[in-house]
Amino acid sequence: MVLSSESLVESYTRTLDCVHCGLCLPHCPTHQVLGVEADSPRGRIYLMRALAEGRIEEPESIRPFLDRCLDCRACETACPSGVRYGEILEATRAELERAQPKRGIAAWLTRTLLWHVVANQRRLRLMFWLLRTSEVLGLRWLATKLRLMPASMAQIAPPVPPASERRPLRTGVHKPPPGTKLRDVRVALFTGCVMEPMFGRVNRATLTVLLANGFEVHIPESQRCCGALLVHAGQPDRARTLANENVRAFADDDIVLNNSAGCGCAMKEYDHLLGTADGKAFAAKCQDISEFLATEGLTATPAEQPIRVAYDDPCHLCHGQGVTRQPRELLQQVPGIDLVSPTKSDDCCGSAGIYNMLQPKLAAEIGRTKAAHLHECAPDMIVTGNPGCMMQIDSHMRRSGHNVPVRHPIELLLPPQ
Amino acid sequence: MTSPAKSPNLERDLAQLLGRDRVLCTRDALLAWECDGFTVHKSRPRAVVLPESTAEVQAVIKLLHSANVPFVPRGAGTCLSGGPTASGNAVIIDCARMRKVIKISTEDLFAVVQPGVVNLNLTTEVTPYGLHYAPDPSSQSVCTIGGNLAENSGGPHCFKYGMTTDHVLAATIVLPDGEVVHLGSTTGPRTPHGIDVLGLFCGSEGTFGIATEITVRLCRNQQEVRTMLASFDSMSAACRSVGKIISAGLVPAALEILDQATIRAVEASIYRAGYPENAAAVLLVELDGPHEVVVEDAAEIATIFVAHDALKVEEATDPKERKRLWKGRKGAFGAMGRIDTDLYVLDGVVPRTKLEEALEKITEIGQRHRVNLTNVFHAGDGNLHPNISFDGRDKEATARTIAAGHEILQLCMDLGGSITGEHGIGTEKLDHVSMMFEPEDLEVMARVRAVFNPDDLCNPGKVLPQRNACAEVSKWPQMVAKVLDVEDTPQEPESTS
Ligand SMILES: Cc1cc2nc3c(=O)[nH]c(=O)nc-3n(C[C@H](O)[C@H](O)[C@H](O)COP(=O)(O)OP(=O)(O)OC[C@H]3O[C@@H](n4cnc5c(N)ncnc54)[C@H](O)[C@@H]3O)c2cc1C
Ligand code: SF4
Ligand code: SF4
Repeated sequence: MVLSSESLVESYTRTLDCVHCGLCLPHCPTHQVLGVEADSPRGRIYLMRALAEGRIEEPESIRPFLDRCLDCRACETACPSGVRYGEILEATRAELERAQPKRGIAAWLTRTLLWHVVANQRRLRLMFWLLRTSEVLGLRWLATKLRLMPASMAQIAPPVPPASERRPLRTGVHKPPPGTKLRDVRVALFTGCVMEPMFGRVNRATLTVLLANGFEVHIPESQRCCGALLVHAGQPDRARTLANENVRAFADDDIVLNNSAGCGCAMKEYDHLLGTADGKAFAAKCQDISEFLATEGLTATPAEQPIRVAYDDPCHLCHGQGVTRQPRELLQQVPGIDLVSPTKSDDCCGSAGIYNMLQPKLAAEIGRTKAAHLHECAPDMIVTGNPGCMMQIDSHMRRSGHNVPVRHPIELLLPPQ
Repeated sequence: MTSPAKSPNLERDLAQLLGRDRVLCTRDALLAWECDGFTVHKSRPRAVVLPESTAEVQAVIKLLHSANVPFVPRGAGTCLSGGPTASGNAVIIDCARMRKVIKISTEDLFAVVQPGVVNLNLTTEVTPYGLHYAPDPSSQSVCTIGGNLAENSGGPHCFKYGMTTDHVLAATIVLPDGEVVHLGSTTGPRTPHGIDVLGLFCGSEGTFGIATEITVRLCRNQQEVRTMLASFDSMSAACRSVGKIISAGLVPAALEILDQATIRAVEASIYRAGYPENAAAVLLVELDGPHEVVVEDAAEIATIFVAHDALKVEEATDPKERKRLWKGRKGAFGAMGRIDTDLYVLDGVVPRTKLEEALEKITEIGQRHRVNLTNVFHAGDGNLHPNISFDGRDKEATARTIAAGHEILQLCMDLGGSITGEHGIGTEKLDHVSMMFEPEDLEVMARVRAVFNPDDLCNPGKVLPQRNACAEVSKWPQMVAKVLDVEDTPQEPESTS
């Protein structure tokens, strides 16, 4: 295998930042479960460095270890040497995929799903319509059988919401309702691919909260999927296509908000992905909804919630974007709330994009641990700011017999009806 | 050392014992285990196995012993002297999945753990009972109790509370021929009568067998803990105040010094602790005990700081603030990665009264060899950790690094100290052992080891130089020659498939 690509040379240089101290090990979910050095950040970095140095004879043989990585970035937060693990991993995955695209039905399905369905709103809607229809007809198992939905996803995905909740938000400019104190700031909203059909209510809540707090909201029609899943799957070229379209779609906006940690993290990394001035400028415009609202301050008091709420940090928010304080600050402003922090709230839940479909066993083990930690603090509700995490946590709470609603933080910021 | 016998089906036999998931023999992936924190010495293992119980370790060792295949125990691989590196195509017996806390006795104050239990996790587990496990290497969030036992590890608080050996009560050991023995006693002193064989095992660096269950002492948390941080505009002022604190009869729980380069690296990292970056050195002091005593001692120490022209003194009793002050110290090694690609952590000891002199000479040695040298150390014990940052891909720079290290260790001995305080000999200091011990001393050690490990199958090539080579005190460490030479490539393992 020839490893000549520029990004790989750069990622190789990044591997040299690792001094092999091991301080990242206890923070790595896969190492916690497996206890295998090659499944730890230190070990993976070592293997990726060896690969770049030409010391790996059969690159395919180290791939399973890299595939098992959640790309959760907990190791980056823990690393005193400042190793940029995500960049190394993504460049290496891309190179491996380029040199030898994965074969097999699962790989094909992944590629097809990611590019032809997830990244295509119309087809994605169609898939969700099919799923919903089959569910209504009691045919969820058939959907699984027909591979409309992989078995592992069937366990994770909560029931597809009814059409009324899946309806996309109207594109264009939304103005705050009359009587609202205007803030003289216009923001753009990135609506995301899965968030729309699966958690339409979150997007609706986001819009409502922004409007109620006096912000004008622009929802560009031509926006696309952020491309994060493609980057994780080692397909940066396709991700770049999407990224460039998003750069254009939001060209007229100064502030681009999102409510999905995974997308937000990926978009803040367009700088690195695209390597262009446009990419850099776009990345600088992106903010998580919680970052923005915490800085601007709430003017519309949220509705009262006299309940115990556990906040769980999505990896791509806390490790990927360093945002931990803001969501908590905002939630504290909900009247009556008893906000608690579960043990290891910044540990991955095992969702990690489509990881729970690709590595169901490991994801389930990680999910179980997460559910146990959450259950410990006896919450009435769990909140977390990423659709994948919401599904995974919900599924594992249900599977371990705890019926606790899982919500997005923004849903608790809705003003009284 | 005996050469590994040809046994093409070894991997298959191992898989039969543990299941295929817990036997790793993908040749390329095995590179991940080829070194510990001492990255200069690399050697790929033949296979890695992950047993989960004493019985499994025993079965694996019996198999390897009968096949005459060498093996190496491994914990978290944070050793800094090459201890868990698999010389001679050995099989690594990795204890990472032996991580159960088997028993906690809050009344008799002990815990029985499997060797792969992470040091800090044990303390976390017993915190609700107001207890902790005292030895606290800076790697405590990662390193294992098994590794600590094998290295007789120390840590900042060992100045007051003693090293690992002072906290290990009993252990179940699988000897290198597969026999299982129980050493020490769980309650009371380790060996009330008889020979303290477990004492010999402590610090044997994985060459006497594999510990599979370890009973350690738990300590009660002190009523009050106070952390003080003083910064100075010269290293010698920091060292002199340490001398003064100790000669005044005070016994802090910890006395740690970081130099300016270390402070700056730490402050640039996520372990940033708010150390003043203009200071030439910071001194971290921890006091613990009954409230009145701590308050009184803190006042006395503050006076000593003032008398030594401290630039700034901070004090914290709040756990969160204390954690912040410690954070920089704990992340110091890792933060060095910001300086260069590789790090050589030295571990020499000098009499406390010679700290200043030693540091001056070390700086001089560093300059002469043109290496990037920083210092962070356990000042209370005179245990120095000069860190040399270098680019391991540059053979010449690596050779200079090792040569400088060699001279520093020589210096420690000349000043009446030792070549290691806590990181062990491993392969790193094989060249230096003969500088420290007479041939007769080494012969006794070799004979003791032969009792435990007669066939030299358990962690071969560590701690003691080859017999007969002892007398040869080399001026220039052989390690340099090895590095400048082609790196020793591990033998081809037999493929299984
Ligand atoms: C950032 C950093 C800071 C450090 N700070 C300190 C410090 O303050 N004080 C200090 O003393 N050390 C320190 N060290 C060194 C290291 O952490 C210790 O030597 C530690 O005890 C090694 O534990 P481990 O679990 O990583 O063992 P490993 O590195 O895996 O192995 C160490 C040795 O123990 C043997 N071994 C492992 N498990 C067993 C077992 N079950 N039975 C028998 N033998 C076994 C191995 O063969 C090897 O020889 C530091 C290292 C790093 C990277
Ligand atoms: S913490 Fe950073 S430097 Fe240390 S082993 Fe992990 S990645 Fe490498
Ligand atoms: S990204 Fe997450 S799973 Fe991957 S190595 Fe880092 S901590 Fe482990």
